Amino acid sequence: MLVGCQGVQSALDPAGAEARAISTLFVAMVLTGGAVWLGVASILWFAMRQGRAVVAEQSASRLIFWGGAVFPSVTLITLLGYAFWLMPSLRPFATASEAALRIEVTGRQYWWQVAYHRSGPPILAANEIRLPVGSRIEFSLKSDDVIHSFWIPSLGGKMDMIPGRANRLSLLADKPGVFRGACAEYCGSSHALMALTAVVMEPAAFDAWLMTEAKASINAGGEGGALFVHHGCGSCHRVAGTEASGTLGPDLSHLGSRQMLAAGIIANTEDNIARFIAAPDAIKPGANMPAFSMLPQEDIRAIAVWLKRLE
Amino acid sequence: MIRPSDRLQDDEGDAQAARLRKVWANPGGWRYWTSVNNTQIGLWYAATAFIFLLFAGVLALIMRAQLAVPGNDLISADFYSQAFTLHGTVMMFLFAVPIFEAVAIFLLPPMLGARELPFPRLGAFGFWSFLLGGIFVCGSIFFDAAPSSGWFMYPPLATDENLSGIGADIWLLGLSFIEVASIAAAVELIVGIMKCRAPGMRINLMPLFAWYLLIVAGMILFAFPPLIAGDILFELQRMFDWPFFDPARGGDPLLWQHLFWIFGHPEVYIIFLPSIALMAMIVPTFAQRPIVGYSWIVLAAVGTGFLSFGLWVHHMFATGLPQISLAFFSAASEAVAIPTAVQIFVFIATMLAGRVIPSTPMLFGMGGIIIFVIGGLTGVMVAVAPFDWQAHDTYFIVAHLHYVLIGGMLFPVIAGIYYYYPLIDAKHLSDRLGRIAFWLMFAGFNVSFFPMHLTGLLGMPRRVFTYPDDVGWNGLNLISTLGAFVFAAGISLVVLDVLRPKHRQRRGEQNPWNAGTLEWISEPKENWGVRSIPFVASRYPLWDQPALARQIGEGRWYLPDAEEGRREGLVTSVLDARPEQVLRVGGTSYVTIISALSLGAVFVALTFKWWIATMVAATVCFCAIVYWLWTGTAEIPEKAEKEVGVGLTLPLYTSGPPSVGWWAMFITMVGDSTAFASLVFGYFFYWTIHDDFTAGVIGPGMKWPLLSAALFVAAWLMVLMARHLNGRGSIILTRAVLAVGVVLAVVASTAGFAGPWQYGMDPRAHVYAAIVWLLTAWTLVHAATGAVMLAYCLARHFAGRLTKDHDMDIGNVALYWHFMAITAVVTFIVIGLFPEVL
Repeated sequence: MLVGCQGVQSALDPAGAEARAISTLFVAMVLTGGAVWLGVASILWFAMRQGRAVVAEQSASRLIFWGGAVFPSVTLITLLGYAFWLMPSLRPFATASEAALRIEVTGRQYWWQVAYHRSGPPILAANEIRLPVGSRIEFSLKSDDVIHSFWIPSLGGKMDMIPGRANRLSLLADKPGVFRGACAEYCGSSHALMALTAVVMEPAAFDAWLMTEAKASINAGGEGGALFVHHGCGSCHRVAGTEASGTLGPDLSHLGSRQMLAAGIIANTEDNIARFIAAPDAIKPGANMPAFSMLPQEDIRAIAVWLKRLE
Repeated sequence: MIRPSDRLQDDEGDAQAARLRKVWANPGGWRYWTSVNNTQIGLWYAATAFIFLLFAGVLALIMRAQLAVPGNDLISADFYSQAFTLHGTVMMFLFAVPIFEAVAIFLLPPMLGARELPFPRLGAFGFWSFLLGGIFVCGSIFFDAAPSSGWFMYPPLATDENLSGIGADIWLLGLSFIEVASIAAAVELIVGIMKCRAPGMRINLMPLFAWYLLIVAGMILFAFPPLIAGDILFELQRMFDWPFFDPARGGDPLLWQHLFWIFGHPEVYIIFLPSIALMAMIVPTFAQRPIVGYSWIVLAAVGTGFLSFGLWVHHMFATGLPQISLAFFSAASEAVAIPTAVQIFVFIATMLAGRVIPSTPMLFGMGGIIIFVIGGLTGVMVAVAPFDWQAHDTYFIVAHLHYVLIGGMLFPVIAGIYYYYPLIDAKHLSDRLGRIAFWLMFAGFNVSFFPMHLTGLLGMPRRVFTYPDDVGWNGLNLISTLGAFVFAAGISLVVLDVLRPKHRQRRGEQNPWNAGTLEWISEPKENWGVRSIPFVASRYPLWDQPALARQIGEGRWYLPDAEEGRREGLVTSVLDARPEQVLRVGGTSYVTIISALSLGAVFVALTFKWWIATMVAATVCFCAIVYWLWTGTAEIPEKAEKEVGVGLTLPLYTSGPPSVGWWAMFITMVGDSTAFASLVFGYFFYWTIHDDFTAGVIGPGMKWPLLSAALFVAAWLMVLMARHLNGRGSIILTRAVLAVGVVLAVVASTAGFAGPWQYGMDPRAHVYAAIVWLLTAWTLVHAATGAVMLAYCLARHFAGRLTKDHDMDIGNVALYWHFMAITAVVTFIVIGLFPEVL
């Protein structure tokens, strides 16, 4: 049973404080609920039995009172007590000034724009989120187009991203690992293809990674980069250390170090990058990026090779 | 104790029956379709709703086939979106709600000992509207134009022309049309239950089915209007770019979510309660004893109805509302489990206090409860906000809602089909097929949906057309797909059982299950409902008044005849069911079909922005409705009173609160005011979410709105005065005052329009201007309607159809104007005073 609950996207295999508390809550509710169901089913089975004694109307009425009104009331009040005790502790928010690291995630059709806010200029990325284990991180969740919902089941519950609003969420990861998140609010034809990689790292490794991320990639130069700019990719995409500084599409700085491609749906390989450049719609129906199949094959390949090397 | 008349001579009784049969007969040939009789309308309605169920079921199978394996490319992402949007929409709007209206229209009159519902033509109108709207919405998928934004239609996805296309308009307009039909049915059912019960059937003797339907129809009256208000905002944004949901211009996508779920959550109970009502008829029959805890179950149903309006935010736990709201709505959502538990325990208690006869209806009923309890328990879980943060919008919810709706609605409906089928033509469905169908459905359902709980918690979101290979969802999805096909096989077997030819089967007896309630005395081969309208003195008259069925059949109770060749029923008082009036209801007519089709044409033409066609259809619809009202309502009878049998004489004409027309107007206007209140809620919603609601946009000023409000009050006073003068018989003065009323309504409307117009408010620029214009427009449309009503009264007065003693028209119009005056005053005070003064 427990094996069946494991997975990179399982709410029952928690790696964060909120997910852990909710998973315990769930187990408690399932056990109670299962007992209640068994009770009701047994009474029904008994009532349907042929040849049993007829119960007096008085006793039957009492059953309505005790079974239908009193028992559920007591059970539900207990459950609500548990829930109300739990709720305030799940998502405490730091005051604005003291949050050391705040991650702003903006939902776009069908990808995630990510900005790490610490002292200094924000560090931009896309489609992958990295977190240090053991510290509470605050998220600011927005949307630029339609409603999305930000959800990493292993770490905690979801929160909608609504145009015109900034929702807050705080998550505390307590186990290092690579997890998968997904958009949970239907956002258009490729809603199913809007996933997210969440990497929980040891604090030191995380700091080191963020330092690298803040700088331009050492491989930012070269022929592929020139082609990237030449073919106009830079009007939508940004790559730190090059002229490319567009913001309509995902930030591609350090793309090579990301686990997955196209918002968590295909492996990050040169072939897949090339495939996506040539025909994004074939991989992700309704994606806003136009197809670049008219570019020479070797240019596409060169750009793909270059992008994969941006670490 | 009232005793029936003596038995008539055979030939005299036969002559009566022949006259009665002739009056209530359906037309033959193709004119059969112009019938308005509740039995026909109920059956057509039910059959149509069932066809929509099968259609939406096929869509579900296509989706399950697509999800059988990861990365499947059986259907495209876009088709999948259309499929799940239509699946939800059709199941909710074209099956679940209509099927209960169908069953109610079919069953209520005989159950209440009535001949007909009070407005049979309205029932027919509702059916034709439903049919047309349903075909329009469902048909769109064959043109790849079906709505694809989910049945909840969240903006901005659904307001964006490029992302949602014409499908969204089809959804909004097609369903608005169907909602109008649903509200029409609700009005008909409420008035029918309150005013058309058999004499003696006091409100505490009503069959439980009637209680439930009364509650549910009342809920429709308060739940559907907010959605209609939302639809109006939505369509104005899509058609004319009024920015109600656009945050860049002060709008907010969350307002739609509030309005949608204020409708959407009661909707769940609107679907669920009628099915419990069927169970409340079936369980006592097979326990062969009266229900235990009649008051408990009625109170629980009323409680559920009330609570269901306070839960909508549990669909919005992940939208970032403050924790205090989450806690409040968590608690309210848990509370609704208590009345639900009471209802289930009432059934258990009834069964325990009797001996249960095993039967197919009971099998489906109990299987449904077993399933429903699981859905209820998972409902208790997701009502806890933190758990919902994980479960929301995952397959866990898909499992939960299907456990609730299929266990709480579909299984009881099928139990109802097996139970009530003999009422259609005195034949019965096959027990053997029924049993096989049950086990296929029960097993298939659980195999399909139980694993989804786990799939959801393993992280699979809803509304995904595909999923990756390596997340651990493959096996569970494959099992779900297999189960779905087994379930479908079970449903097909039920369909087969209903459709298979049964002419070799002998017609059975009248009350095959030995039930205790009046619907079982109706004779399937007769169209008149009941041969004579009985005096009822018990909750289970067929058990407690053993001679009753025979006496009714012998025509020894009320209205056994139709001497004047008119379709007649009794109107009784609301609480005690004292006879008050003989009501002549409308017969077979084309006008209902023409009205429904032309109204449908208005909505279809609007969808495609064919403005001229819209105007033409609207004109036809207007004329048809006026003709319908003129010829079919407030008719002056040829004599004042009529002898109805059993020594009772009743008037043929009443007006004011004792009349059904007054109640229909009152109930309609309560629904209308709910829609208006939703728009005013919108106004204050925008106010609360912004620091400066007007964003510097100039308002309509104080002068014009306040002047308009005053003029509307003056017009309202004219209406009251006209009613008073008519009552005193002053012919000239009545006409003069009515004319002044029309003029005042026009002047008041002009003043109302002048405010936003003079200050050049542009509804496309900012949501403040848009909502001011909308409230104004709402009032002006109602004023125009009110003016037409006054002109109608004037014309009726000239035509001699509205007189001192026959004043139903002016009474109902005055009632309309009470609501009109409130609407105008609220509108103009809100838009005139609030941003300025406060």
